[in-house]
Amino acid sequence: MHATSRLFRSFLATLLVVFAIGSIGHAQPTEIQFWYALTGPLAEHTLAQVEDFNNSQDQFRVVADFTGSYDETMVAAIAAFRAGAAPHIVQMFEVGTATMMYSGAIKPVHELFEETGVPFDPDIFLPAVKGYYSLPDGSMMSMPFNSSTAVMWVNDDALAAAGIDPATVSLGTWEEVWEVAQQVVDEGGADCGISFAWPTWTQYEQFSAVHDVPLASLSNGMEGLGAEMMVNSELHVEHLQNLVDARASGAFVYGGRGNAGDGLFVSGECAMVQGSSALFARVDREAEFDWTMHMLPYYEGTPNAPLNSIIGGASLWAMDTPGRTAEEWQGVAEFFAFLATVDQAQKWHIDSGYLPIRFGIYERLMEEGFYDDKPHLRIPYEQLTRGEATPNSSGIRLGNLPQIRAIIEEEIELAFEGQQTAQQALDTAVERSNVVLRAFERAQR
Amino acid sequence: MQRRTIFRNKFLPYVLLAPQLAITIAFFFWPAGQAVYQSLLIEDPFGLYREFVWFENFQIVLSNPLYLEAVRVTVIFSTAVTFLAMAPALLLAVMADQVIRGASGYRTMIVWPYAIAPAVAAVLWLFIFHPSIGQIGQGLRALGIPWDYRIDGDQALGLVIFVSAWKQVSYNFLFFLAGLQSIPKTIVEAATVDGASPMVRFWRGIFPLLSPTTFFLLVVNIIYTFFDTFGVIHAITQGGPGRATTTLMYRLYRDGWINLDLGGSSAQSVLLMSAVILLTVVQFRFIERRVHY
Repeated sequence: MHATSRLFRSFLATLLVVFAIGSIGHAQPTEIQFWYALTGPLAEHTLAQVEDFNNSQDQFRVVADFTGSYDETMVAAIAAFRAGAAPHIVQMFEVGTATMMYSGAIKPVHELFEETGVPFDPDIFLPAVKGYYSLPDGSMMSMPFNSSTAVMWVNDDALAAAGIDPATVSLGTWEEVWEVAQQVVDEGGADCGISFAWPTWTQYEQFSAVHDVPLASLSNGMEGLGAEMMVNSELHVEHLQNLVDARASGAFVYGGRGNAGDGLFVSGECAMVQGSSALFARVDREAEFDWTMHMLPYYEGTPNAPLNSIIGGASLWAMDTPGRTAEEWQGVAEFFAFLATVDQAQKWHIDSGYLPIRFGIYERLMEEGFYDDKPHLRIPYEQLTRGEATPNSSGIRLGNLPQIRAIIEEEIELAFEGQQTAQQALDTAVERSNVVLRAFERAQR
Repeated sequence: MQRRTIFRNKFLPYVLLAPQLAITIAFFFWPAGQAVYQSLLIEDPFGLYREFVWFENFQIVLSNPLYLEAVRVTVIFSTAVTFLAMAPALLLAVMADQVIRGASGYRTMIVWPYAIAPAVAAVLWLFIFHPSIGQIGQGLRALGIPWDYRIDGDQALGLVIFVSAWKQVSYNFLFFLAGLQSIPKTIVEAATVDGASPMVRFWRGIFPLLSPTTFFLLVVNIIYTFFDTFGVIHAITQGGPGRATTTLMYRLYRDGWINLDLGGSSAQSVLLMSAVILLTVVQFRFIERRVHY
């Protein structure tokens, strides 16, 4: 009896050894989970990047999963982290940057590359891209991936119908934009002169960067959690007052929150709409008129304007969770480094229409004449690299930014409705946003 | 002779109840308990920092004038939706009850909207009422009415009330119709013989007999306005313009999901849960007394 059991045990031990050796022989690639939030063609291009990485080596395998829209993906990643099962990599929209950065749930990419020894130079990225995702000392916290910026889409047919030559029209300043908008409406070129999508993003975040005025103190929050909003400056109030006045005269139509304003452009209702550069796919498919893309305008006489705009879009975060192995971190680092190579980043730029986020792509494509018939891929880049970036145009790091966006939108809507003045709207927005910022600061202790 | 089946097994009832109880515990009591617990904490979304603050979240929520504004919006919204969902349903049910030819056709068509998801219903009406691309929206503007729910708070509230009520009419219609059909014809005939006019027959004879159905629908509709109208508001106005359509439920979503303020939104859901429980208890205690079964 005793002998049998010993024999059985040694048999088991042998089996284990055999299996162990066998598994070394057929080394399984280490699996890296990647949660993304893009849909449609953009999802296909994302998967193509993953596929390219998986085919380029056999040590790691990135498994990409679609986890819903940006905010759904964020909530999913948070829930997974709380359950101790966070993915290795998660794609997070730009407004979630502060939340992720201060969360303690991530491994900053500069640490990731140091620890794994994978060579990486953060200075390959454009300053406006790098700054958005780095600490003030230049330490990069997340990996830039899909970046867009705000631009002005112009319906050339509507301008022409109002007797304005779209080929020679100058729309560099707001003064010119107001004039053209009014003329388009008066002359019947379109029902509305100008509108915008993503109200807070285009009219406050981008507007502040382009005019080199602060959105919030402490370099828009980059230097600490104690930042306070500053969107009630003289220039901000003047701009809101102009919008209120233009609404009264019919030159401006408010399109609503989120991307609702986009529809006003593609339907032909508004001659000019400020929105994301990533709107191209929809404009290309739906707009039944000639259009051009213009840079965001500025108010004449503003010192240092026009400056670079800032980015939107998303970056990739390496999430920490108990039990991560060195092998897994290695895979994450190599995947990130792979995406940032000139060839992959160029392919991504051309396929998806997002900005070329690193140096070396624009120059190369310019030389090849690639942009000659695709100015919509070139203009956002040129606007993003316009002038020398200042603390006002290097990015935004405010906790609960989605809530702050909603607060500003609520208050300006009440100003459009005539329930309060421009000054009151922005004073209240500042006051309410600061409460949100203090709550975020408190929860980070 | 009494025909009663008696189960001698003492455990069988519990076994049979277990699946339902398990679902109730897993999907109601446990999350509700979690919400109560979380409402006493201030924590970061990732759960790495946690501070037990007793009732501070409630104090923050209740001292916020914007919360009281949301209470006001919710009261207007719920009252209007409940009334507008029930009154037309009753009217349609009374008329459908009298139709003889093609009755099932009418009924099917009236019931259809109930099969549409709230978000889809919202988008449907959005396309009809949109100021620039919707037929009715354009029509109103052509008549000189400054229709633009993206800016005008009252119009926005009116629109989400209309869409939410429209969705619920079918459900109420079904119950009212079933209620009407269970009223004995003899009562109506007796009233007719006594010379009562159709209005008198309805308000003095039929309506009181419908009261159990009406009461049931009142409770269900109020709960509907609190918990099932999120999709409509989210798709059409996202709580705006300003805060004109921010109900308690929408505010809670925004604070919890977008703002990631778990403590504050849990406190709001505890308050909302208490309000609905209280409302239901009040209805059963005071209104039900006047219901004739």
